Formats: sequence, structure tokens, C-alpha cells
Amino acid sequence: MTNAPVTPKIVEPTLFDLSSPGRIGVTFPKPDVPLADLPTDLLREDLPLPELAEVDVVRHYMHLSKFNYSVDSGFYPLGSCTMKYNPKINEDTCRLPGFLFTHPLQPIETVQGNLALMYQMQEWLKEISGFAGITLQPAAGAHGEFTGVLMMRAYHKARGDHKRTKMLIPDAAHGTNPASVGMLGMSVVTIPSDARGNVDLEKLKAACDDTVVGMMLTNPNTLGLFDEHIEEVIKLVKDCGGLMYGDGANLNALLGIVRPGDLGFDLMHFNLHKTFAVPHGGGGPGSGPVGVSQRLLDFLPEPLVGILEEGDGDELAPLFGFVSPPRTIGRMKAFHGHFGGGLVRAYTYIAMHGPDGLKDIAQYAVLNANYLLARLRDTYKVPFDRICMHEFVAEGRFEGSDVRALDIAKRLMDYDFHPPTNYFPLIVHEALMIEPTETENKDTLDAFADALIKIAEEAKSQPELLHEAPHITPFGRMDEVKAARELVLCCWLPENYSE
Amino acid sequence: MTYIPISPRERDAMLAAIGVQTLDELFEAVPAKHRFPALNLPPALTEMEALAELSHIAEANEHVRGELVSFLGAGMYNHYIPSVIDHMLRRGEFYTAYTPYQPEISQGTLQGIFEYQSLITTLTGMELSNASHYDGATATAEAVNLAFAQFRGKRKKVVVSPTVHPQYRAVLRTYTQGMELEVAGDDPNVDLNSSPADLAGLIDDGTMLVVVQYPDFFGRVYDYTKLIETAHARGALVCVVANPTALALFKTPGAMGADIVVGEGQPLGIPMWYGGPSLGFFATRKSFVHKMAGRLVGETVDARGQRSYVLTLTAREQHIKRERATSNICTNQGLLALASAIYMSVLGKSGMRQVAELCYHKAHYAAEQLSRIEGMGLCFSEPYFHEFALCVNRPVEEVNAHLLDHGILGGYDLGQDYPALKDHMLIAVTEMNSKEEIDALVEILAEVSHD
Repeated sequence: MTNAPVTPKIVEPTLFDLSSPGRIGVTFPKPDVPLADLPTDLLREDLPLPELAEVDVVRHYMHLSKFNYSVDSGFYPLGSCTMKYNPKINEDTCRLPGFLFTHPLQPIETVQGNLALMYQMQEWLKEISGFAGITLQPAAGAHGEFTGVLMMRAYHKARGDHKRTKMLIPDAAHGTNPASVGMLGMSVVTIPSDARGNVDLEKLKAACDDTVVGMMLTNPNTLGLFDEHIEEVIKLVKDCGGLMYGDGANLNALLGIVRPGDLGFDLMHFNLHKTFAVPHGGGGPGSGPVGVSQRLLDFLPEPLVGILEEGDGDELAPLFGFVSPPRTIGRMKAFHGHFGGGLVRAYTYIAMHGPDGLKDIAQYAVLNANYLLARLRDTYKVPFDRICMHEFVAEGRFEGSDVRALDIAKRLMDYDFHPPTNYFPLIVHEALMIEPTETENKDTLDAFADALIKIAEEAKSQPELLHEAPHITPFGRMDEVKAARELVLCCWLPENYSE
Repeated sequence: MTYIPISPRERDAMLAAIGVQTLDELFEAVPAKHRFPALNLPPALTEMEALAELSHIAEANEHVRGELVSFLGAGMYNHYIPSVIDHMLRRGEFYTAYTPYQPEISQGTLQGIFEYQSLITTLTGMELSNASHYDGATATAEAVNLAFAQFRGKRKKVVVSPTVHPQYRAVLRTYTQGMELEVAGDDPNVDLNSSPADLAGLIDDGTMLVVVQYPDFFGRVYDYTKLIETAHARGALVCVVANPTALALFKTPGAMGADIVVGEGQPLGIPMWYGGPSLGFFATRKSFVHKMAGRLVGETVDARGQRSYVLTLTAREQHIKRERATSNICTNQGLLALASAIYMSVLGKSGMRQVAELCYHKAHYAAEQLSRIEGMGLCFSEPYFHEFALCVNRPVEEVNAHLLDHGILGGYDLGQDYPALKDHMLIAVTEMNSKEEIDALVEILAEVSHD
């Protein structure tokens, strides 16, 4: 077999392919001031950026948009990602000029609206989670985790407790948990799950000693199961002097159901882009505030929003401003977190739900997941099968068939569904992790279940249909090996561009 | 208001299929004494009420497209954002998709990021770019992670110029507190008139990374070529924190020999949004690609022979490497990377250069006029881009309060971070500032100087 290079077919040219010398997209007013001399020895020689008209750019991005599957176009049951519907009003509120065009270093007197919103957001997140303090600064879930681990480290250090270097992490955990710990040079002790998908209490007991920093637990875990011994788990960790970290990735199942702070967690990050409907944006921006218990308050990142001068509860509003906790771990990013795109959208969402609405979210997210589980458990093996929370994990394989989870995922695209998360969590073979969220109706869930049942039949009768899927999408399976081997990470203007 | 599309009848049918009577029964694994807490939150608002409430909050701010004229920069800049950008960002296909794990149905996002990477590579003069970081400060901290991984922790010293943004230096320190690093040069009390060449004295055989800013925090533009040569002679890497608008005009850090170029992407068509979200760009050389954090999109072909794009080198990332990953990065700033790519493409070669030149000329006009005011003066004499340090000879807070009375958002108070620059403000001028606005600033500051 020869490997003669074949020129690939171009479906949509890149911006650089589309460029033509002399085309103009945007022009700016002529200078209204005298021109200053430019320092010629410091200037760049050329600027080989594309040259395009506005309509070229619009058509290009419209074409690209058609290649994307999205929540607005269909069912997106990507486990652990909470791909719920993103209300349109949030897109309007976060673009109000008072939010869009405020500079993060303006005098606080000129941004009392922003600061009031941030203060209220801190208060609401405290109430929803049962924690004593909140930082809004972290930019995403993983950033929140890193913030949390830094605080755990600082807490032990401040007590002169220097031998704690071990973080306990269940085998079902997200990869970001151990990676956050790795960034601080701590070691990870993996705690296995038991037969019912809970933390194995005996193994946990054996790992708990005076070198434990704490435990990072996702609850409900990535199997979608609420740990049936959650209070014992937390007690074991705390009794050995450790801190209990909650990964809030799955908080959607707990709104108005239980507050992690009440259960005894010491800290937890929120994913505003999952639980509170901030859109995922094709991979960001997210927003990952962290809540902490009383004993960690002093270590929160700086700055927090506080009340500098009390109001009178009537005409005179309080003066909001920035405060620094006494033993802060420092600053996690420039300025104040993902204010506009994160906090304003989430604020709108919480304000429109109220206490009962939030509880409905969790209840219907759990209803939808259990309904799908009920429809699918006879066709797909569910290794940890009990009442689930907002998601569940099935095996994407069948007795005597070489069809894999990947094939099922790709085939689902032919039925116009986004596939579930696959190959995670690692403790389930050929995992298909299904999270429907509360914003899907029964018809959609039924159609999805029907498709998966049909695919199971196809796996037996026509497995090649699955191996070669997807068939009706604009693109087929990708050669990922080629991408990694050749590592073409950018394109340029053609060499003969200006000729 | 609810977004749940399930009727009570459908709910009951679903409960029956599950084999329970009520929704509450689904939560029996939750400890009873903590189950169903009463949340003390305000009652739900309708959409109409929510819009009114949020409008009310937003109107409690004064902003730079309304009552204020801004001369404030220091890391975030008031630039014009062409209308076309938000029209594209509001496509649900872009903003309601997730990380493109399934490339067959995510080519819009993937090609969009690939083009972003290409534009950043071109702008910085580097060999490759990742899919973005949270902001300029965290991208800078990630440069330290790259260098730390490159030397496998054997080199422990980072030389940081004191004229790197103070908040970026703070974030770098937060991020690296588990690494037992020696951070040298990051001393706000040093002589700020010293040139970058003076940092060279701090670079030794234990140095893994040198971090400088371009233009620096005071707006000064230096050619770092010599400093980079010195660092390389010692085996150290150099990270340049760059302003992307300036890169349309000035020599690229790539041309100076930089190993890593990072920066804040907000000037590229992203609103200031009270500080975020924006994006941090990160560009480097091919030899460091395996040590770099963050998502990467690479070109490939699909089963039908079509050019297409996938997330690549994912084996570096947290979900595979777990505690051995260089970084815990999971999300990038996808949608804002798209915004900046649209900005760079619609402005293109000529528009990008036009904006940079407008900033340059207007800032120089402002500086020229302001330095004529008796008792005031420019702090430094080096070439600068669109920001400069002005001595106002009295507390900046006082001067800014006076400016604010006239609807002007004055410059950043440099005395907060640099004791030697008490009574100095950092003034930023962009294409958004008209000559009239600059003249008004000059006039009011002239009044202040006579008080």
C-alpha cells in the first residue's frame, strides 16, 4: 500500500484561503490629531493577516456554524457537562451597556451596580450551598478546584501541620481533580468504589491518617449516584484532620435537595456554566466560584466583594467595595472573575427561578435521567443500577459483538443526537455517560431511547453500519493519528499571496 | 419562570415508568435530616421583571459608552468592537455547543479555533498557538508551568521584570506556591528607569524563565532581542507578555527570539465586561508543544477525504494524564477566541494596523499636550505605544476625583504598586478617544495644576 499524499477536499476554506489583497472589512476614522513619528527601528516588517470584506467574514462563519451540533439544535446528553437549555434573556441581560462597558479598575463609586450584583451573587451561592463564604474569581471549574486545593494547603500550613501531602480521590473522579493536586506537588491516593458505586468505606478508612490533606469527592459521583454513606465518608476524612472538598460539577442534581455545606463539606466549586445555564460557548468561557466553610474563610482569594459602609435599609444604599481576607492565598486571575459572561447570566437565571424553581430543576433533571434509565436498562447493561441522580452510566458493548461505545456514539449522530460522554468514568467498561438535564421533554427522551434501542439491534444485524458511522453528518470519522503525527496547528497566507 | 418542558401528565407517566409515586421518592439516598432545605432566596421573577431588575442594576453603573470618557487602561482597553462580531457570536450553533469532543459534528468550533490559532501565530510571530487560556495573567502563570516542566523542576528560578502587570505578577506567585521557586526581579522598589538589560544580571544557570512585558506596564516599547540572547546563553527560556494591538505595529516577540508569547486578548474585539471573561493567548515554538497546557486543534482528513480538524495531543491533558498533567486546564475561552478571530479577520491587515496607529498617534498627542502643563511631566523618555506614566504632582486619587466630576475616567494610580511612582498616573488612549476629549482632559488637568 502506498502512502501517496492525496489532496484533501476542502469543504470550507480558511480565512487565509479566502483572503484577497486589498479587500477591506472595517475602516476607522482618519486621525484627528497631528501624526507622531513612528520609531522605525521598532516596527514589524509585515502583517500577513487575511484581507476580507465584512460579507466574506459573515458567510464564512455562517458556513462554519452549520457544521456544529448545539443545544439550540438538539438533544445533547453529554454526561457530566449539564448541557441544559440556555435561556435567551440571559444573552440580553449580560449585554446591557452598564455591564459591557465598565472597566474593572473604575472607582468603586461608579460601579455600585456591578458590585451589588457580585455581593448578592456571593450571598445567593452561600444560601444555595450552605457555605460560609464565596469567591467569584475562578474562571472555570478546574480553576476553582485549583483555588480550593491552594486553600486546603494554606489551611494546614497555617496550623503548622506540614506533613499533610496526600489527597484522597475516588477512582470515579474527573481528571481535573488529580491534575489540580499535581500542580501543587501533592500526591494522590486513589480510593476505589464499592459494588453499589459508593466510596469503599474500608479502603477509605485504611487511607485516612495524619498525612491526609483532604478528600476531593464528586457527589453525586460520576456514575450519577448519591453516595449512600456520605456522612460516614465525611466523618472519616474530618476525623483524621483532613478537609472535605466537593466537586460541584454535579450540583444540578442537588439544588434545593441538599446543601453540601450542611452535609459537612468544607469547600466546593460551582460550575456556573453547567448548573446555572451559562452557555458553554464551544468550550468556554466557564465560571467556577468556590464556597468554603467557616474555618477556610480567612484563606479565600483576594479580593472579595464586601460592604464598606452600611446603608440604612431604606433610602441610603450600602457602599460596596473590595476586601481582602487576612490570610488570603492571593489572586487567582486578573481583575474580578468572569463577571459579564458568567455572573450576570447566572444571576438572571437564579433570580428567575427562586427557591421553588431551583428545586424543580434538580427534581426534573433527576426524573429525566431515571426515566431514560428505566427505558434503557433492558437493552444496555448498567453496572451500578439503582435510582440515579441527574445522570447514569451504561456499558456501550454487547455480548459476542465487537461494537464499542465509540461506534454507538458515532451512530447516534445519524439519528441527529449528540452522543453521551464516552469512555468516562474509567471504572465502567465502554462507558456511555448519559445526562439528559431538566430542559428536555418526554418526546425527546423517548426518541433518544428508541434510537439507542434501534442501534442495539443494528449492532447485532448490521455492525458495519455502526463501525462506519456517522453516515449522514457533513463530516465522517477523523484521522486522529494523522493530526497528532503531522501536527499542523495553523495555516498562513499562500506563499504567492501578493503576486 | 421555568424552562422545564414537561407537563404534569407527562411527569406522572414518567414516574410510573420509573416505578415511583412522587418526585421526592427519587431522593431517598440523601440523608433525611438535610433533605429539601428551605432556601431563603427571593421569589422567582418573570422574564419581564428580570430584565427590569437587571437593567436597574446595570444603570447603577457609569460606563465608558455612556456618561464617562475613559483614559483608563492598565490591562483592559476601551476599543471599538465591530457590530458583526456579536451577530456571529449570537449564533446558537456556536454559543450553545460544548468542547468539540465529537469532531464530526463540531467542525464549526474546531475550524474556528484552528483559525484563531493561525491568527495568533501570525500576530505574535511564533510557530504555534493553543486554543486560549482564561486571561493574560493565567496565561503568564502557565508559561511558568511550561518552563518548569521543560526543565523537569531542575531549574527553580524565574526572573520577572517589575514592569510586568502587577496583577499578573501576583497571579504568577499564587500559581507557583507549591513549586518552591525563587522569583527574582519582581521588586517594585527597583529603579524603574533601568533598562531591560539590567535584568540580564539576574539570569543564571538555575534560571528557567525570564518574563518581560511588551509594551511594559508603563507603555514602553523595548527591543528585547539582546536580553533574550543573554537568557538563551544561560539556557533559560523567555516569555514575553504582549499587547495584541501593539503587535499589529511593532516588531514581533517571535522576531526577537522569544520562546513563549502570552497576553490578554480583550483588546481583540472583546468587551471589558468589568474585567471578564476575556481570553489569554499563548503562543510558543514547536519544540515546546508537548509541555504546553491547554487545548490544541490540528488539521487532518476525515474518512471521506475532506480536510477537517480535531483536538490533538490530548495525551498531555488532565483527563488522560491526571496528576501527571502539566496543567489542570479543561475549558478554554472558546467563544471569546472566536470573537477575537472574527475581530482580526474583519479588521484584517489594514484595520489592525489602522487601530494600532490611531492609538499611537492619539496617545502621543495627549502626552505631548499633557507634558506642557506646568508641574506635570512624562515619567519616562523611552518610546511608548498607547499608554504613558504622567507625573501629576499631587495624589492621583484627588486628581481622578476632580476628573470624574467632569465625566472623565482618569488614569491608573501607579503609586498603589510602585512606591517611587506616588503621584503618577498611567494614562491610556485608544482610537475611541477624540481630539476633543483629549483636549478636555488637558484642560481639566491644567486647572488641577493651578489649584
